[in-house]
Amino acid sequence: MRTLGVLAALAVALIIQTSLPAAAPVDLVLVVVVASALASGPLTGLVAGTLGGLIQDALSTGILGMGGLAKTVVGFAAGRFATQFIVTATIPRLLVFAAATTAHAALFMGLYSLLGLRSFPDPVTSVATQAVANAVIGVVGVRMVDAFPGMVERRRANRGMRVKR
Amino acid sequence: MALADIRQRPGLILGAAIALHVALISLQVTTQSGVTVFHAVVFGSVAEAQRGASGATGSLRSLWDGYLDLRRVRAENETLRGEIGGLRIQLQQERVTAERAEALRRLLEFRERTPLPTTGAEVIGSGASPEFRTVTIDKGTSHGLAANLAVVAPAGVVGRITLPSARASLVQLLVDRNAAAGALIERSRVQGIVVGVGDGGLRMDFVAATGDVVAGDIVVTSGIDGLYPKGFTIGTVERVERGDGLYHVITVRPAVDVSRLEEVLVVLTPPAAEAQP
Repeated sequence: MRTLGVLAALAVALIIQTSLPAAAPVDLVLVVVVASALASGPLTGLVAGTLGGLIQDALSTGILGMGGLAKTVVGFAAGRFATQFIVTATIPRLLVFAAATTAHAALFMGLYSLLGLRSFPDPVTSVATQAVANAVIGVVGVRMVDAFPGMVERRRANRGMRVKR
Repeated sequence: MALADIRQRPGLILGAAIALHVALISLQVTTQSGVTVFHAVVFGSVAEAQRGASGATGSLRSLWDGYLDLRRVRAENETLRGEIGGLRIQLQQERVTAERAEALRRLLEFRERTPLPTTGAEVIGSGASPEFRTVTIDKGTSHGLAANLAVVAPAGVVGRITLPSARASLVQLLVDRNAAAGALIERSRVQGIVVGVGDGGLRMDFVAATGDVVAGDIVVTSGIDGLYPKGFTIGTVERVERGDGLYHVITVRPAVDVSRLEEVLVVLTPPAAEAQP
């Protein structure tokens, strides 16, 4: 069930990501990967990172596996971090999302630079922007997902009350 | 169960995932030489494997060549050993021939030195019984030999002919327990009789206790027995003991090693005939 949820989230993230303008400073797949890792642990983060990254790579013109490798490592690390520390509060989550985005960018850009395949003229600004955006979206998204079951329950309850009246 | 075990080891899964990605990336990324990293790594690995296999093959071949060389060397060694064996035998034969020639040379010199008429003879056999110390020589009556003729060697007296036949003669050695010869000490001219004791040694009897005899004295034939010519060496005094009676007990070491006797001279003229006018 959890796996299905993660797959569904990844699919949604990919659909939205591919619908966004190319210059949008956000990586929704990464957000899903980190959120899955925070919620379910390093293994889920790893699987989500691998799948999401590979699909992203496949849909882009880059080297297949670059994004996958970066997201796999980040997902695993985020999950491991979440098992060691309590990251349920907003600020820690923000920090985790931001740190995960930075680490992902470092890995991704580092690999490309290392292999001499691409150059990144001003990585700091773009990474910082993406870190903030991912953190905000991640925290909000996680809150929404967490609140979703309660909302559904309350709506059902309200509907039931109306029917009784 | 295995899946649960693997889930307990997320690090392992991470390693596998990273390896998978690296392999995937390697398949696409090209090196400066234009080939993919994957190809370069695979080729490098295969090349290393080939290098290892080639090294192993080379080692095996070297080992095999070494084995073949060893076999060849072994065969060669056996051939050389055979040749060495043959050469040793040849050398031994040459040595025997040389020794024989040397013995004959000595015999010839001895014969030339000896004023008496002599004839050379070859020892063709030894005694048939250990109780009797005899040898057989290859000359007999057809060569002018007769009984009681003295047989000598360059080193000294050998014995006398006891049984001549047409082409061979039996020689009683002086060391036989039934043999005897008139003798004297060369230095002091003390006389006595030398007899064989049967074990290869000699004893000089009838030497007065007052006689001047010491160990190391040369004992020669005195010629009074009518068999052996005077002056031929019999042996060396080995030990002089004080006897019970009037005589010394003198042990004499024979001058002639009868066990190595090969050629001898037979004195053709008996002393008795020589002594006759």
